Amino acid sequence: MGIKILNTLIVSVNTKIPDISVHLEYNMGNKNNKNFMEIINLEVDFLVVGGGTAGCMAAVKAKQKSPESSVLVLEKANIRRSGAIAMGMDGVNTAVIPGNSTPEQYVREITIANDGILDQSAVHTTGLLGFEVIQELEEWGVKFQKDNEGKYDLKQVHRVGKYVLPMPEGKDLKKILSRQVKRNKIKIINRVMATSVLTQNGRAIGITGLDVRSGDMYVIKSKAILLCTGACGRLGLPASGYLYGTYENPTNAGDGYSMAYQAGAKLSNIECFQINPLIKDYNGPACAYVASPFGAYTANASGNRFISCDYWSGQMMLEVWRELNSGQGPVHLKMYHLDESTISEIERILFDNERPSRERFHAGRGENYRKDGVEMNISEIGLCSGHSASGVQVDEHMRTSIPGLYAAGDMANVPHNYMIGAFVSGRVAAEHAMSYIQDVDHGQVDLDIINTEKERILAPLKNPNGIPHTQVEYKLRRYVNDYLQPPKSPKNMMIGLEKFIDYQNVMDELGARDPHELMRCMEINFIRDCAEMAAKASLYRTESRWGLYHYRLDFPNRNDEEWMCNTIIKKCFEKNEMTISKEELKPYLFDVNLNAEKYDVSVA
Amino acid sequence: MALTTNRVDVPVIVDENKCLEKCKACIEVCPLDVLAKNPETGKAYMKYDECWFCLPCEKECPVGAITVQIPFLLR
Ligand SMILES: Cc1cc2nc3c(=O)[nH]c(=O)nc-3n(C[C@H](O)[C@H](O)[C@H](O)COP(=O)(O)OP(=O)(O)OC[C@H]3O[C@@H](n4cnc5c(N)ncnc54)[C@H](O)[C@@H]3O)c2cc1C
Repeated sequence: MGIKILNTLIVSVNTKIPDISVHLEYNMGNKNNKNFMEIINLEVDFLVVGGGTAGCMAAVKAKQKSPESSVLVLEKANIRRSGAIAMGMDGVNTAVIPGNSTPEQYVREITIANDGILDQSAVHTTGLLGFEVIQELEEWGVKFQKDNEGKYDLKQVHRVGKYVLPMPEGKDLKKILSRQVKRNKIKIINRVMATSVLTQNGRAIGITGLDVRSGDMYVIKSKAILLCTGACGRLGLPASGYLYGTYENPTNAGDGYSMAYQAGAKLSNIECFQINPLIKDYNGPACAYVASPFGAYTANASGNRFISCDYWSGQMMLEVWRELNSGQGPVHLKMYHLDESTISEIERILFDNERPSRERFHAGRGENYRKDGVEMNISEIGLCSGHSASGVQVDEHMRTSIPGLYAAGDMANVPHNYMIGAFVSGRVAAEHAMSYIQDVDHGQVDLDIINTEKERILAPLKNPNGIPHTQVEYKLRRYVNDYLQPPKSPKNMMIGLEKFIDYQNVMDELGARDPHELMRCMEINFIRDCAEMAAKASLYRTESRWGLYHYRLDFPNRNDEEWMCNTIIKKCFEKNEMTISKEELKPYLFDVNLNAEKYDVSVA
Repeated sequence: MALTTNRVDVPVIVDENKCLEKCKACIEVCPLDVLAKNPETGKAYMKYDECWFCLPCEKECPVGAITVQIPFLLR
């Protein structure tokens, strides 16, 4: 079916690969039994994997830069409502707007907030291009908050600068973006998940994918590939025990982290976990960023402030952890001291946008912001450079260490990059890739590799009575909580690492009965890779850094002499093993004195 | 391997009296692809209990046939 959509721009051949033992039938519900997996071969100039925030922008920018090139967006869900911004967004967290702040100030703030570990040039790019992105989004119909004089109404949430730009009417953001993708006549294939990146002589030449409804396999050759599949949002297990009750959109299971790793790309600083202060059980943001400019604040059980700044840094998370462990919990977002009209205004924003179901969550519990605080808790761990700083290593053009392979958005390691960072990185990657492809030809796909991948994807189907993906995933993620949730202890992490490596054998017991379940099974592979990386990297960095994100009980202090560097994870193909090493930071663009300037957010 | 079927309380409730047989709006927008048509009735239902309670299905239903509850374990 993908062929029909794409036949104007590519040669497509249906290849049946005969020597595969799996030959199963399943019932689609419409009673049409059919054999799968057929192999659908496609060829494009530029392939965007993941049509979320970064991916939609990247596709539009690629097409604008090179209208004659074929650009394809491959999306596991449907780009109209996929990813972190499926229901819009209530604000921009990292807007550098002239007159309010400068790119240099922004780089300084993030340098300090991230304890010095960053490639300043990539963060600088977010600062330099964010304003243009906002203006362009505005042309497309996205609304940002302005003051009475028509100027952008920025709020201070970070420790020093003003970078938060409210979007009280941001609910249609994703629909607007997908409209732009269509308007630019970019090809879209929904409901196909990428499963691996194909390489040839160290260069990325394509991907394999699974149609999560039909079970067909896609082999897509492309001159350049952009991975932007979001965070690893299903790493730790939420305290509720519900596998999909995560902060991140649970479609994002670390797919890109794992695919990049398996292809041989470098990943950096994976020990810098994502941990968020969230609404207890609901696991969505309490949204102090929205509410604090109105006078709300994060308070302890006595209703008192214990942090001076609501910006989500590791240091802030450590303060929350300390408060909870000092008998001062639970902590809550306090609004009940505000007047009626202010609270209604906050509700209007929060109940309409981003995670609108919080309204019914509170209603079901009989909670009301007029009298009740929003009870908060520390989330399970995830990996996400949009919020913290772990991901596929990229340079300022979003190039990974593999030629032809780019990464953008939450999975690309540009610290604290958030939504504007996703847009900017998508754009930068696309623009660079469109130059890169001018001088390269398509690679040659190795049929043996396709066969092996097909077997890997289909394996759980051979075993329809095998252990269901829900149980296999639950146990894996419970181990993540048991052994990796900070504060981190060395022996715990060693046990965890061993368990995650052993879990490869458990994967052989997985059973699936339809393509949808195959998708979930494949995702567990991604989660397992991320868990192993998280354990490996956390054991390696023998110091504490980034507040709670990497708080080691055996090395409680920051050790700049030894650890002011990146940690790099990379696959060693000869030994089929995960390796880790140190790598020097790139020289700073702007000098920052990290001993004098600390991201201290405790209330003295 | 022994398998059993468990009853679960699912988050997405479809009012079959309102749901239109020809419409697939909810199914198409779900990020987790958990909705499907019941082949017998032509009505949408929650086939897999894997919900982010994000609400596109409810918002995009043209006839207001869908209600999303917060999953029991969280509510
Ligand atoms: C609840 C929440 C609130 C937030 N609030 C704010 C805020 O107020 N301000 C702010 O600036 N930032 C906020 N953020 C962060 C911001 O939304 C993200 O940093 C940004 O949207 C990430 O963009 P992305 O493109 O990397 O990921 P996404 O937009 O999530 O896109 C990833 C896409 O990849 C697809 N995909 C996944 N796996 C595969 C695969 N294997 N094959 C094909 N496709 C795949 C997904 O379906 C999805 O469409 C918030 C995030 C969340 C989750």
